[in-house]
Amino acid sequence: MSVALESRAPVRPAPAPPRRRQARVNRPNALYLLPALVFFGLFAAFPLVLVLYLSFTDWNGIGTPGFVGVDNWVRMFENEAIWDVTSTTLLLTGLCWVTQTPLSILLGVWAAGAQRNRAVLSALFFLPLLLSTAAIALLYNRLFDPYVGIGRGFEPLRNILGTTSGALTAIVIVVGWQFIPFHTLLYQAAARNIPKVLYDAAYIDGAGGWHQFWYITLPQLKNTIITSSTIMIVGSLTYFETIFLLTNGGPAASTRTLPLEMYFRSFRSYEFGYASTIASVLVIVATAISLLIVRFSGFGKMRSTLEGL
Amino acid sequence: MVSQRLPRRSFLGLLGAGVGASVLGTSACGTDATSSGGGGGTFQVWVLQEEAQNVAHEGAVDRFNKNSDAKARIVASPNDGYTDKLHVSMGSSSKPDVFYNWGGGSIRTYARDNLLVDLTPYFEKDTAWKDSFLPSVLDAGQIDGKYYGVPARGMQPIILFFNKKVFNDHGVQPPRTWTDLMAAVDRFTSNGIIPFALAGGDAWTELVWPEYLVDRIGGAEVFNRIAAGKKDAWRDPAISTSIDMIRQLVDRGGFGDSYASVRWDGAGASNLIAQGQAAMHLMGSWEYTNQVNDQPEYAKNDQGFIPFPIVEGGVGDPKAIVGNPTNYFSVSKDSAHVEHAIEFLKQEMSSDAYVDQWLKAGDVPAVSGLESRMDNAADPAFAKVVYDMVNQAPTFQLSWDQAIERAQAQPMLDALAKVFLGQMDAAGFVKANEDAA
Repeated sequence: MSVALESRAPVRPAPAPPRRRQARVNRPNALYLLPALVFFGLFAAFPLVLVLYLSFTDWNGIGTPGFVGVDNWVRMFENEAIWDVTSTTLLLTGLCWVTQTPLSILLGVWAAGAQRNRAVLSALFFLPLLLSTAAIALLYNRLFDPYVGIGRGFEPLRNILGTTSGALTAIVIVVGWQFIPFHTLLYQAAARNIPKVLYDAAYIDGAGGWHQFWYITLPQLKNTIITSSTIMIVGSLTYFETIFLLTNGGPAASTRTLPLEMYFRSFRSYEFGYASTIASVLVIVATAISLLIVRFSGFGKMRSTLEGL
Repeated sequence: MVSQRLPRRSFLGLLGAGVGASVLGTSACGTDATSSGGGGGTFQVWVLQEEAQNVAHEGAVDRFNKNSDAKARIVASPNDGYTDKLHVSMGSSSKPDVFYNWGGGSIRTYARDNLLVDLTPYFEKDTAWKDSFLPSVLDAGQIDGKYYGVPARGMQPIILFFNKKVFNDHGVQPPRTWTDLMAAVDRFTSNGIIPFALAGGDAWTELVWPEYLVDRIGGAEVFNRIAAGKKDAWRDPAISTSIDMIRQLVDRGGFGDSYASVRWDGAGASNLIAQGQAAMHLMGSWEYTNQVNDQPEYAKNDQGFIPFPIVEGGVGDPKAIVGNPTNYFSVSKDSAHVEHAIEFLKQEMSSDAYVDQWLKAGDVPAVSGLESRMDNAADPAFAKVVYDMVNQAPTFQLSWDQAIERAQAQPMLDALAKVFLGQMDAAGFVKANEDAA
């Protein structure tokens, strides 16, 4: 009860007129948008339009692109290999989300505690965030070498990069090792923002640790879960360096994803037109997925998890 | 292109990096754009960044610059990304004047788009210059019957390397025929030795097998028809026989069981043979140089090298070789210094000083009449083997992935990797290649 009284107290002296004036002063002018708009137009929208144009041309990277209509698109949809590549990409995206999200939530909530040992361990755990992706991928590539790596003495890891399922697993492990700390950081911050009153109330009602986590923490993290998932999923769709350096799309093209296929088509085969078609598909798929997430999660309504408090 | 979905901070970071890079790029181009025209100025010579080997390039440039009003300038880039960088600049207005390449597929696009100087008339006018190179190597650099490259460094045939100590320990003789080879494989596997080291994580290391087998079984013509895009060329029985033999070799444990996890860049395969865990390694002559640098003890005492065995019943010439004939220098047509650039190549590429520097670095340049200079080589015995191998070879087949059209190379490598994993048979290999053609 005392909590409720305290929180009501500061509301009283706030008069209406100054608040309105404040709102008018703070609303940004349309001009504020200009720098962002110029950057976005120059480095995102304009190249996007160019890629879309190139997808209707036959271009080897040199000279003038020749217009070929929908040839590249027809060729792509008739090519069986592209379906393999697409399903590999989606499978990898799914696996990354399924492994990273629960681990990040658990670690994040754990790290949100005020205990000293947690702070020290979290600081250590966030170290991979400081390393470059290329360095991590190369490091693990050597680590998984069957003759000089850790697999030398540990049979399940020995030939991990040499089998289809093993190579996929290796990518999920390495990507997880690198990115779980980032998402943990998001969840840690979000978990610290959950008002303590909720837990106090639940405790009085007799809820144990598990019930508090399930009925308070998780629902309160809803918006963070959506943010983190969107970053994770769209990021997974476009992973390049990790796979390129860790497995090179192998063994035998079994871990080749859409971004790798795009790279191979452009810089190995010099088919920039066809590669642009793949790039366009990637943009469409990634945009569609993030729109779906926003639509079906209710994120677009911007409803606060603190309503009614 | 999906950057708008990145978290904002990294998105802005990327933008910042992009602006920085483009500013750097522009200023870098500016220096040489001003130097065009007139007798003076400089022209760029693009090479790979390899410390031991850049000595030869630097030496050549220094000697040339002493007596020339137009100065050559070395621009070295790391191996990774060199071809990407080259391709992007060839499509722009800031092309290199002279650039290092692998012949074949690495310059075919540029030759056909009329971006390179056709060197044929220069060779015809100056036959002494032409004759200073080994003909099989010079010819391997031809595109559509014209010369676009001047041999620039060592010859790189594929050689069968073997660990002498491992062979002695198990009482095996170096294989001279395919039957010998299979017998040796069985002998080694039953003693826990991997018969062949293989960096199967990179499919080009596997390509040396069908290259040699097809040549030994069906002769050089089989692949020439494929490279020329002839109909049904992939259906030659030599192709399917080779693939069957490779599958058999894999099944018998010829490469151990973890070769698909080994990448070339980690030197994993080279370590296996140097440490005696593997007995043989079918690899380019650069393997020799690598071992000299990384495992000098092994290179000195136990590294053996022989030509690829003959295949009983095959019609190919047993002296034929495959690999990378050499690296070449090509000249951009757009260069403001075409004549100076060619003068540079004429003066230096077969000069005694340049050749000696390569010999010292362990390379054997594709220059004729080298016998008398062998003593300058780092290892005269190895230099002589390589030189004789190339000199006596009726044909020197350029690596398949360089020799065929670029768009077909990746599908071919993918299919071959599947063969090595036991996921594809000979019929599937032929079909995959026909689909890509």
